[in-house]
Amino acid sequence: MSQSPGRKQENHKISRELFVLTYGALVAQLCKDYEKDEDVNACLDRMGYSIGIRLIDDFLARSAVKKCRSYSETADMIAQVAFKMYLGVTPSVSCSSAAGNEFSLILDKNPLVDFVEELPVERASLCYCNLLCGVIRGALEMVHLAAEVSFLQDRLKGDAVTEIGITFLRKPEDRKHRRN
Amino acid sequence: MADEALFLLLHGEMVAGLYRAAEQGEGENGRCTTKLESMGFRVGQGLIERFTKDTARFKDELDIMKFICKDFWTTVFKKQIDNLRTNHQGIYVLQDNKFRLLTQMSAGKQYLEHAPKYLAFTCGLIRGGLSNLGIKSIVTAEVSSMPACK
Repeated sequence: MSQSPGRKQENHKISRELFVLTYGALVAQLCKDYEKDEDVNACLDRMGYSIGIRLIDDFLARSAVKKCRSYSETADMIAQVAFKMYLGVTPSVSCSSAAGNEFSLILDKNPLVDFVEELPVERASLCYCNLLCGVIRGALEMVHLAAEVSFLQDRLKGDAVTEIGITFLRKPEDRKHRRN
Repeated sequence: MADEALFLLLHGEMVAGLYRAAEQGEGENGRCTTKLESMGFRVGQGLIERFTKDTARFKDELDIMKFICKDFWTTVFKKQIDNLRTNHQGIYVLQDNKFRLLTQMSAGKQYLEHAPKYLAFTCGLIRGGLSNLGIKSIVTAEVSSMPACK
């Protein structure tokens, strides 16, 4: 390889920056096209969903992981393998319900907002990273796990960390019944 | 590299989303291409800034074009431009025989009429990069047979 290892790291960083910059340009364009924040959020979620249903194939092909046996394993898989593979960060997972079907991923470093300082005043309720929610939702649906994914806390809106909440919609008992 | 899949999907979604919105709204296809191109322009500007932070100054236009063909294209599309031609009077033709954004679509003439939509963003990317390097340009793309494009 004629390139030094340092150069490779830089290239790796640049491709990630390409994605982040493209995402930023996309959000900016959507803000121009739609006046209401809810419309932009919905559009981002829909796009994320379409990406998610395709991304899951790529993920399963690259990572060759075994079937997850529980919701918490699935949440761990998303945080530790998928996020690491695609965004280079590993959020921490915590279970926030006794039933074991609500989890939150806490991101203290969100690469998508690397170049964003703050949301403009007139866009206070914009969920900048709503694409991520759509992606997770779409990917889970393709492995037959219905879930609701949304942002619980967002650093861009002044919270301390960015938190994504995943609520699996089918109770574990249903899955057992199906197997029988 | 996993990032590539993410970018390819995002790009595909952007093109589809913008055209879908246009169909429901005014139905003007030209505007969509312009929007995509201007998005590419913004991204190209930012990207070239970060990319050339540490590289030496470029001697002339040809040097810049070679940089775009080799380093820039390698970083963005993981391969170099296959062929660069020029008439030394300001016109350059970059040919990529396996353009990454088109390889997944088809390997021949199928869907040829949809190809330009997918090239608009990249044209903007090049135009933005050149603009931040001090060159005003017009970038157009031509696809005669996927996945090669000029």
